[in-house]
Parts: sequence; C-alpha cells; structure tokens
Amino acid sequence: MPVKNVYEARIEHLQILDEEARLDEKLAKWPDGRPVLTDAEVLELYQYMVRCRAVDDLAFKLQRSGRMGTYPQNRGQEAAAVGAGFAAKRGVDYLVPCYRENAALWMHGLPMHYVLLHWMGDERGNQIPDGVCQTPLCIPIGTQMLHATGIAWAFKMRKEARVAITFFGDGATSEGDFHEAMNFASAFQVPCVFFCQNNQWAISVPRESQTASETIAQKAVAYGMPTTQVDGNDLFAVVRASTDAIERARAGGGPSFIEAVTYRLADHTTADDARRYRDAKEVEAWQKRDPLIRLRSYLQARKLWDDAKQAALDDEAKAAATEVVRTAEGIEAPSTDEMFDYTFAAPLPAELELQKRTLQTHSLGQDPAQAGLSAQQA
Amino acid sequence: MPLMTLVQAINSALAQEMERDERVVILGEDVGLNGGVFRVTDGLQAKFGPDRVIDTPLAESGIMGTAIGLAMAGMRPIPEIQFEGFLGPAYDQLCNHAARYRSRTRGAVTVPMTVRVPWGGGIHAPELHSDSPETIYVHQPGLKVVCPSTPYDAKGLLLSAIRDPDPVVFFEPKRVYRSFKEEVPEEDYTIPIGQAKVLTEGTDLTLVSWGSMVFQCLEALDTLPDDMSVELIDMRSLYPFDTDAIVQSVEKTGRCVIVHEAPKTCGLGAELATVLQERCFLHLKAPVQRVAGFDVMMPYYKLELDYLPNAQKVAQAVGQCLAY
Ligand SMILES: Cc1ncc(C[n+]2csc(CCOP(=O)(O)OP(=O)(O)O)c2C)c(N)n1
Ligand SMILES: [Mg+2]
Repeated sequence: MPVKNVYEARIEHLQILDEEARLDEKLAKWPDGRPVLTDAEVLELYQYMVRCRAVDDLAFKLQRSGRMGTYPQNRGQEAAAVGAGFAAKRGVDYLVPCYRENAALWMHGLPMHYVLLHWMGDERGNQIPDGVCQTPLCIPIGTQMLHATGIAWAFKMRKEARVAITFFGDGATSEGDFHEAMNFASAFQVPCVFFCQNNQWAISVPRESQTASETIAQKAVAYGMPTTQVDGNDLFAVVRASTDAIERARAGGGPSFIEAVTYRLADHTTADDARRYRDAKEVEAWQKRDPLIRLRSYLQARKLWDDAKQAALDDEAKAAATEVVRTAEGIEAPSTDEMFDYTFAAPLPAELELQKRTLQTHSLGQDPAQAGLSAQQA
Repeated sequence: MPLMTLVQAINSALAQEMERDERVVILGEDVGLNGGVFRVTDGLQAKFGPDRVIDTPLAESGIMGTAIGLAMAGMRPIPEIQFEGFLGPAYDQLCNHAARYRSRTRGAVTVPMTVRVPWGGGIHAPELHSDSPETIYVHQPGLKVVCPSTPYDAKGLLLSAIRDPDPVVFFEPKRVYRSFKEEVPEEDYTIPIGQAKVLTEGTDLTLVSWGSMVFQCLEALDTLPDDMSVELIDMRSLYPFDTDAIVQSVEKTGRCVIVHEAPKTCGLGAELATVLQERCFLHLKAPVQRVAGFDVMMPYYKLELDYLPNAQKVAQAVGQCLAY
C-alpha cells in the first residue's frame, strides 16, 4: 500500500512595511481596496507609540533612582502591542496580557499610571476600572491564556460578538498551560486570538534553545488553528494579521494564532543584565529595526512628518510621562486594611477580621486573647 | 576559612558535589550561562559544561517531571524553581509523583533529588516572588523540607540533601542571600536533615523560628532587658523537624513563642505548638504564642513589611508570654 501524505502545513511570514520603510502597496490594502491603515491612523498610532516609549523610559529611570521596584521594559515591542490593540475593539473585546504590551492596555482605557502603581508594589494598579475590558498584568508565565480561552468561551455561550486576545512571550509557549489553552480554544472553537510576542529571549534563554520548532507559529498547526507569523516591528503587518484573526473569531471562525517576530531591546527587567548572555552586535542589529524608527522614516518619506514635529512630540511625550509618574506617586500609601479586605467578598471570616484589627493596633500576628492573654496583659 | 554569603555557600556546595559525584546535574530556567537570576549557580556551567548545568525551556512541570525521571534512572538531579510562587505549575509532579514513588512501589522506585527554591519575602519583589509556602510541602508525605538561614548551615544541609535517598525541597531565604557573610569550611561537611540548632541559650522562654525570621528574632533579643533569658532555636529542617530540640528547651523554659512569615492558620507553627502541648503540657507556664504572617495573600511590596513579622512584634510577644 502506498504511503499517503495525510497532512501538510505551511507557515506564512507577513511583512508590509520593511526594514527600509518601504511599503508593499498591495498588502497595505484589504481585498476590497480599503487601506489597512489610513495616513491619519498611522500618524496617530506613531505618536501614541512615542508617548508609550516615553513612559517606559521614565519607568526605567524611576527604578534606577529607587522610586520603583523591578520593571520590565517594553522597549522595541511597541508596534506589536499598538497594532494588536488597534485591531481589537475598545470596550468590546477583552485583552488578556502578560506584562510587555502596556501600550495595548493603555489604548483600551487603562489609566497609564496603573501600570506604574503595579510595579511600585501596589495592588490598586490591578484594580481595572469599570468598562475597561482587560485582565491585570500577569506575572506567572503562561497562565493567562487559559483565562482568555474561558472568557472567549463565555462570549460564545452568550452569543456575544466579542473576542478575547491574549498576549504572551516566546518562553511562555513552553508551559503546559499554553498547550491546554490552545487545545481547549480550538476544540471548542472559541473566539480567542493567541498573540505571541516572540522577542527572541526568555530572560537568558534564546528562542532557539526554548524550542526545536523552527517557528512558534507552527505550534498552532498541531491544534488545528489558523496561524501566521508577522514582522512584529511592522505596524501594518501586525494590524492586518490581528484584524484578520479578530474578525474571523467574531464571525464565528474560532481561534487563531499570531507569532509577532520582535525583539526585547532592553534587559529582561531592571533586575537583569543581558550583557551576561547576549551579544551586543545582535542588539545593535535589532536597534536598527526599532519599530519607532521604521514608522518615522515611513511618515517622513510620505511628507507627513519632520524633525520639528518630532521635537515637539518628544517634548510633549516627556511632559506627559512626567505627569503619569506624578499621578502614580501622588497616590497615598495603601492602608494595611487593604491586604485583608479583598481576600473575600465582605463580610470577612471572623478570624480574618480579628487579624485585621490586631494589625491596626500594631500588635502581633495573633490577637492576644487567642494566646490566653487578657486585654490588660496585652 | 573563607567568608561566604548564603549564595556563595550554596554555590560552593553545588560545585563540590558536582566534582565528587558525576551523577549530579542542575537543571532549571536561566541556571546556566546566566548563573540563575540570583547568581546562585554562577560559574557552574563554565566549569561543568552545558550537559550538567542545563538551561531548560520555561516549564516548571517539565523541570520537575523530567528531574523525577532523571533521578529514577540513576542521576542525582538538582532542579531549580526560579521562585517559590512558581512551584505552582510543578506541584503535581512534586507532590503527586516525586513524593509518592517510593511508597507506591514499595521501595522499588525512588526519587533522590533536591529541589532548590528561592523562598520568602522582604526583597521588594513582584507578585508570587515573595511567598512562604513551606507548610504545603511539609504537609505532603514523602517530601523532606529544609530551610537554612545561614551560609554554614546551607552548605552542610545542601550536601545532605543531595545525598539523601529521597526528594528534598531546599528553600533558600532570599532576604538572607547576600545579607551577611560568615566562615564556611571549604571542605566537605554535612548537617543532618532533621536537626535544629540552638542559637542562643536561655532559661525563661524558647523562641522558635526558621529562614529569614531568625534574624528578626535575633534583633528582638537585642532589645530585650538583660534579665530576660531567651533560648532561640533555628529549626533549619522543617520536615522531619527536631521535636526533641524544642521539647527539651520548653521543658526547661516553660514558655514558647514561634515566629514564621507564612500565614498563621495551619502554618508550621500550629503543628509545633501542638507537639509542645502534647509533649510538655505539664511544663508549660503560658500558652504557646505565634507571631506569624496573616491569612492573606502576600501583599505587593508597599505593604510587605506590614505583613511580615518583625523584631518589634517578636519582642512584644516575648514580653507578653513572659508576663503571662
Ligand atoms: C511560571 C513562571 N515561571 C518563571 C517565571 C520567571 N520568569 C519571569 S519572565 C520569564 C521569561 C519569560 O519569557 P517570555 O515568555 O519569552 O516573555 P518575555 O519576558 O521575553 O516578554 C521567566 C522565566 C515566571 N514569572 N513565571
Ligand atoms: Mg521572550
């Protein structure tokens, strides 16, 4: 009996605006002729990326000057975050992030200082305001994709035309939860988009050591999910692939996978020193592919931008970032009650209520009465 | 004798045992070229090669589960879980598999491995980087659990753990990693698992702790009046724990305060207090007291010091217990 070929797969790589800022005019338009991004949209998104970069830069400085704890810079990954954020509908679609797509969260209504509050060691930075459709930053790697799958599943159960989009890194694709999420999403055909920011590194582990797969995108093939690789530093490609995936999901076409090929231009976090494990030449090469530089060149070539505008934007972005920091630092310290009050919905169990009161009196970990001490002895 | 931090002492034990026993391999996230995020395995990959100091994919269940297989097949793996919070994904492999193999095969299959885990709060770290989940693993039959608080103890206990025929969870208090240096012998020595250490002798009250809280206890002792004679015991091993050491001490002092940073309810302090009332009820002059974390999520770092027991709280509890 002849051996039959029972499955074949192909992974496409989408690039629309190349490293030299040349636009593929054909791919930059949808089949019906509409542009993937109008000039006005590109301008707006570019300025947004610059503003996000300014906050990111300032956050880094805050950590260095001891005003904030560990912080993971987003530098270099702005096109991926902004592109995906743009493709999702604010207030309708649900973002389920890890921690390197601040720009998308801000675009969807998260006050900028919330992210800083989080990294300043304050849970109120996770207290997502009403109407903002997103989950808080996710520190444990690879766990949030299952939640996104569940959220999307609820949308499907209730027949709502909404989509969940979840962000994660290349390293996260090694966790078991990632594979379970992909399988559930696909088995139940839920409207979920899996957006992998392949920034080439998981702390010190390079992408090639993380997995023997040639691409991350191909992992979705095993789960029967439409999948594509895009140049993650190309805003056009990210917007096009994300819109495709999100609208397919909204129309009932099930989950999709996107691998955005990008690069972590900074250290993993402020607690890391990437010089220990990666080549300066590699970083230099990727610096040239910085999505902000690429977009600016494109805009300048189209005479939509110039140095004067840039200088004005830089000033404005810096001032705005300073304002964000001022807001975050201006919030008074949390009260110790906070650590108890959200453990459960009110009322708290009696023991917890007792512990809360005990702490208010600056006493020990247990109420003195529990140790048989009378109030007077205490 | 060289002076070493906790980090250096652990590194020295690892290097020494890898030299002595070629079955020993280290595996985990960023443990190789980067030397671990706390640099505990710094230089080991350069010395022993990437086949023995292995950067794994980012998967704790994968690390723990394959370490079990390595151990079953005759290796002596030392998996590292980057932070105690990330034992979560590895829990099933550790508790439902590593811990159970010997028992369920009636001794035919065993899992000699040492799981190294940075542990505890106090370093301004993000979420799930500051917890103290030791009770969960103490409560799991089949696992030994240690938590040294000093460089000297860390080296001796780590060498014991690696040579132990059963899985050992080795918690490393992050707050102590670089907080001080002490003399640590270069040569091979072991500290038996299951032995506590009396740090200061005393006759009026027994103070029991482990991990970084030991230093809060020491600080508290400095603030107490000279006529208060307190015996401070560092448990070091959390399972099996040294019942005799605490019983003997409390039979002498009649009073005990237990200090730990884990949440109070069902923390290890609860078990120790129970053992004390079982074993020396008639010697007790006061109820055993606990100074512990609260029954809440370890807060982000702005409230971390409000959550953690400190020297003042310990001193207060000691005073109260003595006044009872
Ligand atoms: C479950 C879990 N294991 C380990 C860590 C420690 N850790 C934090 S970030 C990271 C690497 C993540 O790499 P990747 O998924 O590629 O995301 P990136 O940071 O590159 O954006 C690791 C190992 C963690 N936060 N959670
Ligand atoms: Mg990565």
